[in-house]
Amino acid sequence: MGQALQRAAQWTSAKGGSGGKLEFTKLNEDLLNQVMNWVEGFGAKYPEESKLIFKSALTWKTSLRPENLTGGYQEKGEDMVSTQTSSKDNTPMLTLKKVASNDYSVSVMSLEFCENVLRMAGNQKLMEVRGCLEANRDPGAKMLGDRFATVEGDDNSIYRFIEEITKEIEQSAKQEGQEGQSDVEEKKLQLKLQLQINRLDQQLLQQSIQQITSEVRLTPATVDGEVNILQQLSGYDEDKNCLESCEYWGDGYVFQNGCRAQPWRQLHGDICYIQVKPHDTDVVYVTANTSGYYCNSGVDNSKPGELDYTKQGDSYRELVTLLKDKSPKFAEMIDKQEFALRAKEKDDALMIQKEAKRDGDDDEYSRERTQDHKVHKETTKDKDMKQKKTQKKKKLEPSLKWKALGMEEYKETDKEKKVVKKKQVPSRMKTRTPVDAEESFSESSSESEEEEEAVERRSETNADLPSEYWQIQKLVKYLKGGNQTATIIALCSMRDFNLAQETCQLAIRDVGGLEVLINLLDTDEIKCKIGSLKILKEISRNIQIRRAIADLGGLQTMVKILRDQDKDLKCLAAETIANVAKFRRARRTVRQHGGIKKLVGLLDCAPLTGQMTPELERDVQVARCGALALWSCSKSKKNKEAMRKAGAIPLLARLLKSTHEDMLIPVVGTLQECASEPSYRLAIRTEGMIEDLVKNLKSADPELQMHCASAIFKCAEEKETRDLVRQYGGLDPLVALLQQSDNKELLAAATGAIWKCAISTENVQRFQDLKAIDLLVGLLHDQPEEVLVNVVGALGELAKETPNRQQIRKAGGISPLVNLLTGTNQALLVNVTKAVGQCAEEQDNMVIIDRLDGVRLLWSLLKNQNPDVQASAAWAICPCIENAKDAGEMVRSFVGGLELIVSLLKSEHKEVLASVCAAIANIAKDEENLAVITDHGVVPMLARLTNTTDDKLRRHLAEAIARCCNWGNNRVAFGREGAVAPLVRYLKSSDENVHRSTARALFQLSKHPENCITMHEAGVVQPLMKMVGSEDEDLQEAAAGCIGNIRRLALANEKARYS
Amino acid sequence: MSSKRQEQAKIIEKLSKRKDKARGCHFKKHEIEKLLTMYDKHLEGSLNVKKLDRLRFRDILHDMFGMTDDMLLDRVFRAFDRDNDNYINEDEWVMGLSVFLNGQLEEKVRYCFNVYDLNQDGFISREEMYQLLKHCLVKQPTDEDPEEGIKDMVEMCLKKMDLDHDSRLSYSDYAKSVEMEPLLLEAFGRCLPEPDKCHCFMNLISDEYTKY
Repeated sequence: MGQALQRAAQWTSAKGGSGGKLEFTKLNEDLLNQVMNWVEGFGAKYPEESKLIFKSALTWKTSLRPENLTGGYQEKGEDMVSTQTSSKDNTPMLTLKKVASNDYSVSVMSLEFCENVLRMAGNQKLMEVRGCLEANRDPGAKMLGDRFATVEGDDNSIYRFIEEITKEIEQSAKQEGQEGQSDVEEKKLQLKLQLQINRLDQQLLQQSIQQITSEVRLTPATVDGEVNILQQLSGYDEDKNCLESCEYWGDGYVFQNGCRAQPWRQLHGDICYIQVKPHDTDVVYVTANTSGYYCNSGVDNSKPGELDYTKQGDSYRELVTLLKDKSPKFAEMIDKQEFALRAKEKDDALMIQKEAKRDGDDDEYSRERTQDHKVHKETTKDKDMKQKKTQKKKKLEPSLKWKALGMEEYKETDKEKKVVKKKQVPSRMKTRTPVDAEESFSESSSESEEEEEAVERRSETNADLPSEYWQIQKLVKYLKGGNQTATIIALCSMRDFNLAQETCQLAIRDVGGLEVLINLLDTDEIKCKIGSLKILKEISRNIQIRRAIADLGGLQTMVKILRDQDKDLKCLAAETIANVAKFRRARRTVRQHGGIKKLVGLLDCAPLTGQMTPELERDVQVARCGALALWSCSKSKKNKEAMRKAGAIPLLARLLKSTHEDMLIPVVGTLQECASEPSYRLAIRTEGMIEDLVKNLKSADPELQMHCASAIFKCAEEKETRDLVRQYGGLDPLVALLQQSDNKELLAAATGAIWKCAISTENVQRFQDLKAIDLLVGLLHDQPEEVLVNVVGALGELAKETPNRQQIRKAGGISPLVNLLTGTNQALLVNVTKAVGQCAEEQDNMVIIDRLDGVRLLWSLLKNQNPDVQASAAWAICPCIENAKDAGEMVRSFVGGLELIVSLLKSEHKEVLASVCAAIANIAKDEENLAVITDHGVVPMLARLTNTTDDKLRRHLAEAIARCCNWGNNRVAFGREGAVAPLVRYLKSSDENVHRSTARALFQLSKHPENCITMHEAGVVQPLMKMVGSEDEDLQEAAAGCIGNIRRLALANEKARYS
Repeated sequence: MSSKRQEQAKIIEKLSKRKDKARGCHFKKHEIEKLLTMYDKHLEGSLNVKKLDRLRFRDILHDMFGMTDDMLLDRVFRAFDRDNDNYINEDEWVMGLSVFLNGQLEEKVRYCFNVYDLNQDGFISREEMYQLLKHCLVKQPTDEDPEEGIKDMVEMCLKKMDLDHDSRLSYSDYAKSVEMEPLLLEAFGRCLPEPDKCHCFMNLISDEYTKY
């Protein structure tokens, strides 16, 4: 019973005196009724239990009077007591105590007497139960002792009690003592009673749960929805509209939580008040409470503007149900559904108007159209009506029918919106993928992961199977059912088929040949293994065969074979692994079965130079095959790590000295795959592999050249590597490779290497000498995007030097670069914007860019979803504004441009923020533009950013603030927005550039006295004093100016005080 | 005893002197010595016989090299027994094992061809192939005609190896095919020891521990 009282019963929140009161709700009433019935019927059902004496009396204020007590009671002073007393301490079983003149409290010691009390109370008995439960929140504990108190969570007291009893029974059985016996009896009774109480508790909970679940809490949104619909259905036409009006009552203010009721009423759960005027009755005032809709007492005449909030009648779950009860007319209308949807008409009218406007010059036509439209509408309305009728049969609640009308529409548009949103998401993802692709490109060569989703292709019918199929089937039969000799003959014959042909490959698989071939690998027959591997090596070029081999567990066996003594066998196994490990799962399998270690072991062969004996030749072959397999495996990150741990790097370095191309290609291929890992890049540099890579750039084999260039591309992220490339003379062959315009892969690798190498200024020098710019500009046309990204990246790096910028212009590179700004490849856009930005540093270049409308294109890229593109576009805009003629006018001419750039200050990316701040600093040079961006709220947005710790952002932010101070009362505004104190902290930064721009900003801000005070409080003077001593004149001046302003304020202050 | 020693020394001397490629011996002196001791050991028990006979030789092949095919064992004996006297003398023993264990590819091809050329006419004919391959397919209960499979195999072999298209394999056909596809060396049945058996045997006769 305790649980039900604690959880289900509704207590008033304000606790008057000793405890809370039970609210007067239906739920509580039901609970009380049930408790009462239980108590009343208890004595009859369980006479013994009902006589059990409570541990402590249940006491409560009662409405009983001494005169009510009849039979078996005697007076004792002012109190009445029962003649029956408890057997233990002789306290009376019932005591009626006089507390005050007309107040009595009753104490009861057993359920029997509870029952008596109820009987005596007559029709007041419900009040007695209520009083009892209010005074004793946990009756169980009082009745049976504290051990049965209701507790949160698991309550296993009853089980412990049972244990105790059984123990005692056992004990008493041993002792056969009389006293123990009675004790046990009593405990048994207690247990029974407790079980009864528990059962009651459960019943109560169940019942209340049923009630609670049937109550749905209202929310402001649902109320709004319902009122909206009713509003659409209301009007003055009695035949068509079901309500005259339906309005919110009150001043119409909507709070942030969606409620319209006054805050103090919201405490009671009120959401809003609705004033409904049905056609047949008076105005109904409805309270929308979180517990449901109910009628209140209407406008309070005594207090104008207030309602009498007292609840009248029941709560309803829907406003419509309430109204149906109140207004028979409404109910009738709703059931008949003879009403028109006002909103629809409204919409129609609107549309007609719009159309009329559009086709204003052709009235005749428009009228026709509108008529058509009306007809159309009418038919649809008819349809709607039909629909409604069919639905009426299905659904009984009118509120649901609404959904068929207004709600459905409303929801559909919602859905549409969602669909649109969903559509947008993938498109964004798509646009993002190129960047990912670029990342993966720089990380690992473009291995098609589509391989993962290779589609099964199989001829549907057996009718047109080629003859090879049947021959292969026959051979597989011999493989299965022959001894070693037959197997070898069959294997050799199978090799006579064209195994590069897909029909043969799939035929082998389809007739179950793969299983046999893989099983052969597990035998002891070396010749069979060799023969099988020779076939597997060939057919594993097929994607589906690879998967099948992996599925059949072939990789595990092949990895085992790598330990074999026979070198031919090792070679073949490694080559087959190289073919199979082209997809991720296979690579993982190889790693998990220790294949990487074994493959690295294969690399360890005798020195490659010097006299070659046939034996050594075979060792070299083994190493080559190992490198081939590692190349395939090195596409997975974990494999790279495993290779490094297995000591692959020094072995690869040694093999790189080889002169054989067929050895070098897999080795360099592996290296360039692994170079995506910084640890490998370091090792490649320190093991002296750059020299060999450069040497092989001059190789005659384009594939080898490609892999070398690609390896350098990846390694040249580091400065030392770039220097080494130059020192070994690698820049010349790289530039020479630019002439290979047919081989796009090679071109992409070479241009990538040039791009990365050009990051070092010494390299730029060399590229200048080699006239790389002309060649690169030539590659800006008709190249695939992979090449373009690198070419433009290289130009961007090279354009950091002034002569190169001129050279690009002279070579005619500006216009293709600007044209590329219209592209969609994100990686390309990042590089193009960078390059254009660099070029714009030159006045003459800027003229061309301006003529080609490049700034507008850059500006439009600010709208790109990719933050990298946004940032690099914003960076590029800075020099454009600096160097363009009439920059202010140009910027203003971009419609919505200034608003756009200010709105980017909301970005979450530091780089975007820094770049936009820099751009704003430039824009703010023009006073008119400064005025516009001030109107767009640049000041608070900048101020909001001031708490950053990023030095780059700080520098440009301070610069932007300094510039923005020059308009109106922006200085004051910055002070008000709390931008000053954080700026002072910037002076503690270690970056000189931050100091300079911050000092400038502080100088500007210090022109307003309030700011001076804030600065001074923030301790600005000391760091500024130091900066006055700086060697940077700019910084000196700004710092001194700021101190000057602060000092002047102080002097003026003193003067004012003394005068 | 002493005469035996002298005899052995004489043979060793003779064998190790043969340095020409075609008929050279690949064993070192002490290995030959071991082989001869082994040869004598196998003759123990039968006092009146001075040479290895067919049965004993087959036992040795079976025990030492795990070769089981009776017909092929017989053919191997024939290939060892160069003077066709149905016995293998010391000279034949050492020279035979020299090819058997350590032979060059060319020697092995010649040896194998001799083994497979049942009638010693210098060609492996269709019939000979059929004879050799007769038991290489395990009989499948589903097969209508088990012989069909063998015939098919023979055709496959001819197609693969009969380079001059005369429906039989000459030595040059055979040698060229093996050159192209080393797996075909023992095309018609095992007549050479497995590599690991080979190493075991070599360990037996050589003093130095080989690397395997």
